[in-house]
Amino acid sequence: MISQVFILSSKGDHLIYKDFRGEARSDVVGTFYEKVTSLSGDQPPVVMKHKDLHFVHVRQGGLYWVATTTSDSSPFTVIEFLNRFAALVKDYCGSLSEKAVHMNFALIYELLDEVLDFGYIQTTSSDVLKNFIQTEAVSLRPFSLFDLSNVGLFGAETQQSKVAPSSAATRPIQSSREQGGKSEIFVDVIERLSVVIGSNGVLMKADVEGEIRVKCYMPNCSELRIGLNEEFSIGKSQLRGYGAAVRVDECSFHQAVRLEEFDSHRILRLSPSQGEQTVMQYQLSDELPSAPPFRLFPTLERDGGGRLLMYLKLRCDLPPKSAAINVSATIPVPKGSVSLSQELSSPDQSAELRPQSRAVVWQIPRFTGGSQLSALFKLEVSGLSSASMLEVGPVCLSFELPKFTATGLQIRFLRLSPVQPGPSQRWVRYVTHSDSYTIRL
Amino acid sequence: MPYLGNEETVKELRRALSNPNIQCDQLRYRNTVLRVIRSMSQGVDVSGLFSEMVKACATVDIVQKKLVYVFLCSYAAVNPELSLLVINTLRKDCQDPNPMVRSLALRNMTNLRLPSLVEYVEQPLTAGLRDRAACVRRVAVLGWAKLHHLQPDSEIDAVVVNELYSLLRDPDPVVMVNCLRALEEILKEEGGVAINKPITHHLLNRLKECDLWGQCEVLRFLQRYRPKSEDELFDILSLLDASLVSPHPPVMAATLSLFLSLCSGVPSVSLAALERVRGPLLAACGSGSREMKFAALCHIQLLLRSIPGLLGAHYKRFFCGYAEPAYIKQRKMQVLVELVNDDNVGMLLDELKGYCTDVNPDTAQTAISAIGRIGRSYSDKCLEILTGLLGLKQDHITSAVVQTMRDLIWVCPQCSDTVCSSLEGCEETLQDSQGRQALLWLLGVYGERISSAPYTLEGFIDEVKSEISPGVKMELLTAAVRLFLCRPAETQDMLGRLLHYCIEEEADMCVRDQALLYYRLLLCGLDQTRRVLQARRSDPSLGVFIGRPAEPVGQWARSFNTLEPLKDGAVETEPASRGSPEHVTFDPKPRSDLPETLSCSYSETGRSEDGDGDGGDGAQPPDSRSAVMASSTAAPLSLSLSPPLSPEEFERLWLQRQALQDEPGCEGAREEEDCVWVEECIECPTVPHCSPQSLQAAMQLVNIQALAFTPPQALPWRVYLYTHARRGTARRSLVLGELLYTGAACRLGDGRAEDEQTEATAAGRAEGEDGERRGIKVTLRLQPRDETCLRGFLSVLTTVLNTLTEHSD
Repeated sequence: MISQVFILSSKGDHLIYKDFRGEARSDVVGTFYEKVTSLSGDQPPVVMKHKDLHFVHVRQGGLYWVATTTSDSSPFTVIEFLNRFAALVKDYCGSLSEKAVHMNFALIYELLDEVLDFGYIQTTSSDVLKNFIQTEAVSLRPFSLFDLSNVGLFGAETQQSKVAPSSAATRPIQSSREQGGKSEIFVDVIERLSVVIGSNGVLMKADVEGEIRVKCYMPNCSELRIGLNEEFSIGKSQLRGYGAAVRVDECSFHQAVRLEEFDSHRILRLSPSQGEQTVMQYQLSDELPSAPPFRLFPTLERDGGGRLLMYLKLRCDLPPKSAAINVSATIPVPKGSVSLSQELSSPDQSAELRPQSRAVVWQIPRFTGGSQLSALFKLEVSGLSSASMLEVGPVCLSFELPKFTATGLQIRFLRLSPVQPGPSQRWVRYVTHSDSYTIRL
Repeated sequence: MPYLGNEETVKELRRALSNPNIQCDQLRYRNTVLRVIRSMSQGVDVSGLFSEMVKACATVDIVQKKLVYVFLCSYAAVNPELSLLVINTLRKDCQDPNPMVRSLALRNMTNLRLPSLVEYVEQPLTAGLRDRAACVRRVAVLGWAKLHHLQPDSEIDAVVVNELYSLLRDPDPVVMVNCLRALEEILKEEGGVAINKPITHHLLNRLKECDLWGQCEVLRFLQRYRPKSEDELFDILSLLDASLVSPHPPVMAATLSLFLSLCSGVPSVSLAALERVRGPLLAACGSGSREMKFAALCHIQLLLRSIPGLLGAHYKRFFCGYAEPAYIKQRKMQVLVELVNDDNVGMLLDELKGYCTDVNPDTAQTAISAIGRIGRSYSDKCLEILTGLLGLKQDHITSAVVQTMRDLIWVCPQCSDTVCSSLEGCEETLQDSQGRQALLWLLGVYGERISSAPYTLEGFIDEVKSEISPGVKMELLTAAVRLFLCRPAETQDMLGRLLHYCIEEEADMCVRDQALLYYRLLLCGLDQTRRVLQARRSDPSLGVFIGRPAEPVGQWARSFNTLEPLKDGAVETEPASRGSPEHVTFDPKPRSDLPETLSCSYSETGRSEDGDGDGGDGAQPPDSRSAVMASSTAAPLSLSLSPPLSPEEFERLWLQRQALQDEPGCEGAREEEDCVWVEECIECPTVPHCSPQSLQAAMQLVNIQALAFTPPQALPWRVYLYTHARRGTARRSLVLGELLYTGAACRLGDGRAEDEQTEATAAGRAEGEDGERRGIKVTLRLQPRDETCLRGFLSVLTTVLNTLTEHSD
């Protein structure tokens, strides 16, 4: 049972506040923000208590989504609800930001009204909600000349572009009805990679958490069939086909997915509702089908003058056609580090010393598969001793691998039935993020 | 946020709302209403616009209607009279042909929260319960709950309650769930909605139709039901099995909660259910939402309290991600400590070592104390890391390390040498009072082993005037007196100065009183002081291993799936040891006659013997501390625990064997010739599942002291024990033993095995034949060599283990 729901910006502005049971006063919002700001660090615990009121919050899109509740309610339910509510807001407003919430507050109040009654969750299905929600979303996207890039002379669409613009999936779902938005469907395969590589270069841990997300902008799509790799196998024992097997340890599906053809042909069938939903989640532990994407060869030295020399060679073991983007390596350095001088192999890279987080951050905007980059960092450290070397490392990498899945999962085909009248577009996107990629020194 | 142009805004909005030109234009009217709501949610007080907004309510534009309702519901309590004006519009809307309008009107009518309006609301609500559209019925059902909430003292209308019960059969699942919720609120006084057998079965059958929120709610209500028979219970459980492994964490948690409450009388089923949710819980731990991750971690900690070995193989899942928030990292480390075993300890420590230098001091501190906790079972490796960290000379790290060492030494006195040698020079880096208190405690208790202790203490005493923390001063007093007891010559002068300062000049009452107490105590003589201050330096209740006993599921089942486990420090594995360890684990009735280590077993042994008196041994004087085993096959064999054997001594003697194995050619030292090593297999597979307490108690009954255990269910499971065996008037021989259960069939050592115990070897052979039965491998060391004694001891041990097996069956 949820007593109140409110949304706060990171600066504490009240964006949305709704009281469902009239049990607590509205100054709880202030109380919550005081509690958040009084804590050191920007990561307050999920559950906070004030007298007999419990605040449960999640952070999404830089905002606090808070519910107040009693202590016997289920944390899983409340957290899942807040996440789901944030996802609904994202579906309806197109994106999730302070501005989007601010512009669409009427829509959000309307959503809240339908989703919760007297503090009880009624429904969060966008199929049901679309019958009730009347307010039009105010789209944030400013007019931009880039949007016109694939519009030819006199506004005629000259070519079917092969790549969807990145903003394509950040529009409100409802615009497809009245504003004549395109009838599109996006299927995203998103994987999160967490890897620990030991100081001897041995792979200590490798986990992949993946999901297939469908974002549907089609008002009347009765069935969608998603075909996965035929060799896709679940669990250790099962092996299919003769090709390179794509294996995951565990796999779970959205309850709306029908699996009649899954065992024989690896086809998922579902009737997508508008908005975004996670169709399938899977995990793979301890075994990657290919080498981990990055290897690091570090050399650390202490020279006589209290300087720390770090020579880092970073190799990208992706196939040569792929590339990693937004690679950033964080190298923790000793406490007394004062200044940094650097030698990087190309001008688009950058590195800086961040005394606040006691780390050197090396940024590489684009890193092609099969290549190798090196960097030499010289750090001025006051009071450098042999023990300070303990503080160097482990190195953490964060990156994004577009058009790449760590498990090798691919989508063979995407079929809609009945065949959509008019132009409809189907997009499949793959991306692997680094959840935590740690290399010990 | 109060906002400057407050008055102006309201005035301007009022003008706009009452402007007939705007009222004519639907779009402009709606936009004006929108601006009112916007100001409202920004915190501007727009209650003055109430009458204008009431007018704006009468419109065909649904969006505008909704907006106005948001406004009215917020301000109705301030303007009860004006609210009466709305009721007519609302009642009219309740007749609207559009079900959406009907449900909207009904919902907001009940949301106004005005007791004066109740009489107008009841009729539309009654009609709403029978509406054609499910969305109206949903609202109407909860509407009754809202009415009751508004007037909790009013009489409960039996007709409504009956109607709500009958609506449990409504075709719409949300209406059904709402009925449960409404009845629960209305009938709160009578204990909530009644869940009898037909309702239970109805709910279970319709569970599939509900969405995940409905499922969670229904599962929660079902906890109230008690099945009438075992068959019914198992029918229900098998129906629920699919939702136990649901990919949605809320459903999984609610189902497990229901399982635990239904099976509170059948612990084996609860444990099986816990095993079953391992997969989904681990998946939730890897969830993309870090809040969900956190909730799952907190609940995993609960599960581990009952099955410590549940996730041993999955420890890598709990390695911290680099970008994770501190609160998740801390929980993960707490879980990691629980998962440590022989195989993964190296990996785990490597990982934890990396966190010790984290930028966030809290994370670093948690990592260091996690290493300390692991140090209770693997002291050498951990102490090496901890002493290495001291080299960093950073205040927060040094402080955490010294505190951790203090806590560790209290439990594992055998670490004292390493700790004492590493403390030198720490006082320079220590800044905070907690760390200095820990250092002072160590200096006081182990002063005679730390050569520089008096000088360090002198530094503290010289600066006592500028010391702020009373805690440090009190610890300093105790340390100084303790050090005086063992090194009087070096300490006498400074103790005098300290006492003088504290008694004469100190403002804090507690410090002064403590100084006075010590002063008077010293007047009574050194022996008295020694008795008070040098009681013990280690926690006598713990063995070398952590061996946190497995709690029954019932201990935490009630807090499962509530916010309780998520609160800060809710699953504190240990009492937060902020003060000195004695203060934390202080025994209310300290027995000063207890010798230092492991001595508490004496009194317990004495007690259990008294209880055992009916076996005919009662005639024996209790102080002989020995029991003659009736089951002994050979000449009367007596076991005794005195003289006690310290864990350090045990370790030394035990490790001689490894030295022996390393050099097979050499026959070992001269003293080795007099001892014998034996390996045996005893078949009693359930013993590793019984709690350390019962094992300890059973062993003590026959005067065998278990020195250390691994937690139950952990693999490999080990127990180390010792006793002194004496046959008749022969020489006493010291028996050291290890019980090992690896889960695999046990294999006897090469040639070293002496097949004397016929039963045991028979068991071993039988197990070799069918490969199914599993035994416990017993390794014994007897000094001096005495075959009969050995046989006797083995039979005693077998009896004990078999008895335990029967009990745990």
